Amino acid sequence: MTPAAPAIRVQNVSQTYGAAGDPRRVVALGGASLEIARGEMVCLVGPSGCGKSTLLNLIGGLATPESGNIWIDGEPVRGPQPQKVAFVFQESALFPWRTIQENVELGMEFQGVPVSERASRARESLATAGLSAFASHYPRQLSGGMKQRAQLARALALRTGILLMDEPFAALDEQTRMVFGEELSLLLANAGKTIVLVTHSLTEAVFLADRVAVFSARPGRIKQIVSVDEEHPRRQSFMTSPKLAQLRNELYDLLHDEIRSTMNLPAAEPGQ
Amino acid sequence: MNSRVTQRLVQAAFVASIALLWHFATASGRVAPLLLPPMPAVGHELSALAADADFWPDLRTTLFELVMAFLLAAAAGTAAGYAVSRTRYAVRTFEPLMAGMYAVPAILLFPLYVLFFGLGPGSKIAIGATIAFFPVALSTITGLSGVNRLYLTAARSMGASSGQTFRLVMLPAALPAILAGLRIGANAAFMAILGAETIASFAGLGHRIVSMAESMDTAKMFANIVLAMSVAAMINIAVSAAEKRGWKHEQA
Repeated sequence: MTPAAPAIRVQNVSQTYGAAGDPRRVVALGGASLEIARGEMVCLVGPSGCGKSTLLNLIGGLATPESGNIWIDGEPVRGPQPQKVAFVFQESALFPWRTIQENVELGMEFQGVPVSERASRARESLATAGLSAFASHYPRQLSGGMKQRAQLARALALRTGILLMDEPFAALDEQTRMVFGEELSLLLANAGKTIVLVTHSLTEAVFLADRVAVFSARPGRIKQIVSVDEEHPRRQSFMTSPKLAQLRNELYDLLHDEIRSTMNLPAAEPGQ
Repeated sequence: MNSRVTQRLVQAAFVASIALLWHFATASGRVAPLLLPPMPAVGHELSALAADADFWPDLRTTLFELVMAFLLAAAAGTAAGYAVSRTRYAVRTFEPLMAGMYAVPAILLFPLYVLFFGLGPGSKIAIGATIAFFPVALSTITGLSGVNRLYLTAARSMGASSGQTFRLVMLPAALPAILAGLRIGANAAFMAILGAETIASFAGLGHRIVSMAESMDTAKMFANIVLAMSVAAMINIAVSAAEKRGWKHEQA
């Protein structure tokens, strides 16, 4: 590992789904590049189908890019790296036949962590996520927000430097999303992890991120990066601040034409 | 009164009204006792069954055939289901084939099995296993090939080996479907074995029922039918209980 290497480096990465000549062939990513520093929180936003989740999976080594390169800590990615990268998915990624504690322990079980250490690390990360009282519950007994905290606990227990979150709020109602967002900001400010989060919500992106990467419509490229200059952990007051509203509007302006193009609408003419 | 209690009451009333119909039909003398024996006569024969020297070996024969057929079908069905579920291509090729074969009345193979395995338990085990094989194999395919992709992705991201993915993710995810297949298979095997025994056999509950019908001993025959029905009910209760254990996370 080179000390100067960024935590994540993505260079001109493209990904296509479907065989050549297939009319359903889709170019999901068309040459995306991005560098993420250690301890930084980056949100990916963009029109649906622009390849945000694809990029996340490529960074995590769950798929191999068609062209381009990805490095984690200066080393090229060749497959899943459970020692370095943990994922948080949408809420249904908890295993329903395991209790919350058993779900949190599973990743460590895969990696051969001794039984006693698994239990103590799981208890520790459940406490961090505020779920100690629900260790022996099954996922279906928990609310949507609690399930996502459980998934976060599962990822934290793996003690990786990098956390990749694929629309972790997608299935939550708006109030829960906002409260969960605040908790996440507090929790992550203390954890000092490098985080990449895919979201549909521009408000969330601004609220959580150090930088927001805005994708173009398919084939996805990173169109622009917007920096959010605000201390972590962020409070409720930031959520309602003019600063957040202004940044959100800036993102919306950037996305507007991209979204129209994915809907097959002509770009709006200026002045209309 | 909650709906569970009223459901039980309606069920009890339904059974009681059938018993009443039976009682009035025989007590009025309109139905010949040869066709439908009076209930007390059947009850008397039922209590005499335990003392019948031939009864226990016959029951043992049928249960032995059932256990063997079920074990064979469970082993072969889950193995075949696992093999087919390995690739999408195999699922698309063999699943419709097996579903088609499941729809064929396999009891038609019984005369052939009698030629192969004789009139003893061998031919009953073969027909029971054949009939139970398909629901077990089909639900194993459904269970293993239908595992939520997100579970597999999550497992891979946490560093699961392929063996760990199968043992700790695919198997528990598919277990409810596999258990449902085993329950259907156990019931189907029991039906097939009793039916086969009534067609051609030396022993077993089905054999008893036919020989009593042939000697016009209908009260005894009804007693044996009632007994066979309660064995079927007990099998169903036992396998359902086993199935529910596999679903414990769904009940809490």
